[in-house]
Amino acid sequence: MPTKLVSMHDAIERFVHDGDTVVIEGFTHLICFAAAHEIIRQRRRELTLCRLTPDLIYDQLIGAGCVRKLVFSWAGNPGAGPLYAFRRAVEHGIPNQIQLEEYSHYGMVARLTAGAARLPFFPLRNYMGTDLPKANPLIKTVECPFTGEELAAVPALNPDVAIIHVQRADENGDAQIWGLLGVQKEAAFAAKHTIIVAEEIVAESVIRADPNRTLIPGLIVDAVVCEPFGCHPSYAQGFYDRDNDFYVSWKGISEDVKRFNAYLDEWVFGVEDRAEYVKRMGESLQRLKAQSTFCGPVNYGY
Amino acid sequence: MVTDTHFTANELMVCEAARQLRDGDVVFVGIGLPNLACNLARRRHAPKLVLIYESGAVGAEPKRLPISIGDPALVTNSLSVCSMFDVFTYYLQGGLIDVGFLQGAQIDRFGNLNTTVVGDYAQPKVRLPGSGGACEIAIHAKRVFVIAPQSKRSFPERVDFVTSPGFVNGGEARKRLGMPGAGPATVITNLGCYGFADGEMVLTSLHPGCTLEQVRENIGWEVPVARELKLTNSPTAEELRIIREELDPSHLYI
Repeated sequence: MPTKLVSMHDAIERFVHDGDTVVIEGFTHLICFAAAHEIIRQRRRELTLCRLTPDLIYDQLIGAGCVRKLVFSWAGNPGAGPLYAFRRAVEHGIPNQIQLEEYSHYGMVARLTAGAARLPFFPLRNYMGTDLPKANPLIKTVECPFTGEELAAVPALNPDVAIIHVQRADENGDAQIWGLLGVQKEAAFAAKHTIIVAEEIVAESVIRADPNRTLIPGLIVDAVVCEPFGCHPSYAQGFYDRDNDFYVSWKGISEDVKRFNAYLDEWVFGVEDRAEYVKRMGESLQRLKAQSTFCGPVNYGY
Repeated sequence: MVTDTHFTANELMVCEAARQLRDGDVVFVGIGLPNLACNLARRRHAPKLVLIYESGAVGAEPKRLPISIGDPALVTNSLSVCSMFDVFTYYLQGGLIDVGFLQGAQIDRFGNLNTTVVGDYAQPKVRLPGSGGACEIAIHAKRVFVIAPQSKRSFPERVDFVTSPGFVNGGEARKRLGMPGAGPATVITNLGCYGFADGEMVLTSLHPGCTLEQVRENIGWEVPVARELKLTNSPTAEELRIIREELDPSHLYI
């Protein structure tokens, strides 16, 4: 079998095109900034970006002019204020106007679940008494054929590509995650193409020794990228901590267009790839390395 | 404002929220003051409180104060870590959540919360983060607690956008619309505490040193006052010690 292992450059070049619908998931945990930076470097345009929490990663893509539309449920800098590039685009059309398609977290989870199940919609008991359906006509209602109850319904989301960062995977893309799981499984199964980005590539035997931890099977994976520290300033449980100082400092950077562009020039356009970013970050990344807290082994025998 | 120099308004708000939690409550919690309130209650009268974060951490016992609801310290040593589908579908929609903590840029006389836009949705004056999980928490949690400093701007008679429904238009609207949860139970501000009667906010207690005039100057409508207006209990020395020495030693939130 030919290897799926490719560079980030080649994975983005091959699977992310202008105008595509793209999901880079990870709820605070395992957010693949390395992939976003490569998308910015390759100057993709007119993307529809989907994520529960746009976070700094989509703030950067929006400010870099890659985005036409945002599908989301909470656009803030977690624990540290607003996303200013997002707000500049929405309030002032800088660098360009973006369309918003807005749900709540459960609405986004339900959309990806329907997409993964190849169903047209997902029902949920939600949105009564809120203004969200007025803001987004795609939030509709459906009558239960069994009880007659009126339920909310949201449409399936099937992105062109999902990019999922994981702690470890084999070369075929069998991918294992521990810690916060977010909606990565649903996003991967819903997408037409899935790119797995791993902190480390391990032998298939390592995956097989602990099959319950495999969240995404290689059979739905198109490309595998090995990218240590690929989530920074987000984190990877057991590998490195969240760079909370950077999240706090992002306010000052994103508030000012000049500082925002200077950041991109230095840390995105100014490096060839994530390896160079990691090298240039030097000691400030190494201090984030995780302490060890191991769990006991389980017996898979019979 | 709270003028007693022995404690801050935030410390009083944390203590009051903690006291209103019951032992055994399953709480959908965020970061900041709600997180402090839950951990204070756990150390005092409610050791069996279960904390659930929308990030999927169930029964978390973080060793450091989390700065985000996705902090890795919420995972280490928690009872369970599940997907967000599980959290929202089985735990929240499944009816397991007793108390949900919510915040808002605006809250109105019916307890409706706005975290979406100030001004018109299509042409907002200020674009806020949006719902996150707040909309479904407001609909499903059995009781909703709100901790928010009050001002005329943040407590208007009607919010610009209903992100998370309280009692909608008051009266029996929640039941009529089929919402499983009972809605807002308490609103704790820097001036006093509010309950709800017939779906409308009612001032039930004033914090030490605060006056009715201050309350009226910092709210956008003629808020009703309970017949027996109480004085909010001050934090005890032990409560303050736990908050300052154990829960928030670097004074991130207090």
